[in-house]
Amino acid sequence: MTLSSLLSISLSAILVENFVLVKFLGICPFLGVSKQTSTATGMGLAVTFVMGVASACTWCVDHYLLMPLNLTYMRTLAFILVIAALVQVVEMFLQKALPALYQALGIYLPLITTNCAVLGVALLNVERGYGFIESVVYAVTAGIGFLIAIVIFASLRERLEYADYPAAFEGFPIALVTAALLSIAFMGFQGLKVW
Amino acid sequence: MEILKGILLAALVLGALGLVLGALLAAASKAFAVRRDEREEKIAALLPGANCGGCGFAGCAAFASAVVRGEASPTRCVAGGRRYAPQIAEVLGTAPAEPPEPRVAVIQCSGGTHILRRFDYVGIQSCFAASRIAGGPTECAFACLGFGDCAKACAFGGIRFENRVAVVHHENCVGCGKCEAACPRKLIVLAPARNDVRYVGCSSRDRGGVVRTLCNAGCIGCGLCMKKCPSGAIRVSDNLARIDSALCTGCGACIDVCPRRIIHFVNPPAASAD
Repeated sequence: MTLSSLLSISLSAILVENFVLVKFLGICPFLGVSKQTSTATGMGLAVTFVMGVASACTWCVDHYLLMPLNLTYMRTLAFILVIAALVQVVEMFLQKALPALYQALGIYLPLITTNCAVLGVALLNVERGYGFIESVVYAVTAGIGFLIAIVIFASLRERLEYADYPAAFEGFPIALVTAALLSIAFMGFQGLKVW
Repeated sequence: MEILKGILLAALVLGALGLVLGALLAAASKAFAVRRDEREEKIAALLPGANCGGCGFAGCAAFASAVVRGEASPTRCVAGGRRYAPQIAEVLGTAPAEPPEPRVAVIQCSGGTHILRRFDYVGIQSCFAASRIAGGPTECAFACLGFGDCAKACAFGGIRFENRVAVVHHENCVGCGKCEAACPRKLIVLAPARNDVRYVGCSSRDRGGVVRTLCNAGCIGCGLCMKKCPSGAIRVSDNLARIDSALCTGCGACIDVCPRRIIHFVNPPAASAD
């Protein structure tokens, strides 16, 4: 594990394998919380934070509990359990210790409990055999990728408010078309390799 | 036997994991418990819930907590203060405070279809955007643009459009002032919602001759109303008549004398049932 391999992981997580636009994980908040750039930023930051913490916890659970007991086939179940509990604890902690941050992120945290991007990053860490630091770096940068994607998408949707498109496209249809075009743009990063 | 052992182990480990996490959650909810005053929720439930911001707080919930902390009078809720003040006082256990005089929005333009248009505006359908293009599509620079920024800002459905000009819906208007802030031409002000107050439905500072060529419903600053007013409530400055609501007695002398027929009731008698 060198610095360049960490950089390579980061770049791939943010651009090449963008969770939303290339892997299609976490589509629910991507469409649901992207009407305004400000709320989209809040959601993106909350997801980044939870992904980082969750992958650290799930890595420990996987390595120190499931692997020694040969229970790796229960991974999905155990991870869901850990993530759900973790998000709840984080929410309570924020409400008590950092009320300002809770005001900004609090309403999005319960939404993240069942966000497949969080579970996805935990499972991908194991599948790729990442170590602890690699896992956390991968998770945080994947979260940043999510943040970038949702903020770009939200700003596009804000502009669409004033666009003159047919009435039949009102709401979700135009949002899905926009998401597809944005996804195609991100597909352009395929094959990008620096190291 | 091996299979049974495996199943048992899996069930036990996951069960234990669940138990530990559950205990952690229980401990966390104790350790990080935030004390909330239950009166806050009761008051928030009484409030209209439109989050109009007329009280000066971020929303109804923020206002409710300020009321409980004693930082705001319950009557500051312009939308429901008058109606709910007694109930809020009951929750707080204090005597109900006297609510301030209710106000309604008045739109100081009677133009609409009376106004000549300089060009057909087809851009973004908002007054703010339209007012930024070449001074706006109306010949009169003080006219209602009619794209409804005020109606969109209103949380109570208090503004409708008649003949391309905004009209206040008196049954719905609570006087929060959201429309006042939304109007790019500052045509909307709040006036006391008494039956006996009049206002001039025009904001044009153009000279009378100019107003005549642009609009059939504009104040030309002739001053007839000012001369006729027995209580001296009307004043003409910058070619525009303005009525001081504090002095206006509602005699109605100005209404008949106005050659442009643009002096109106703030709160028409037919609409004010109470």
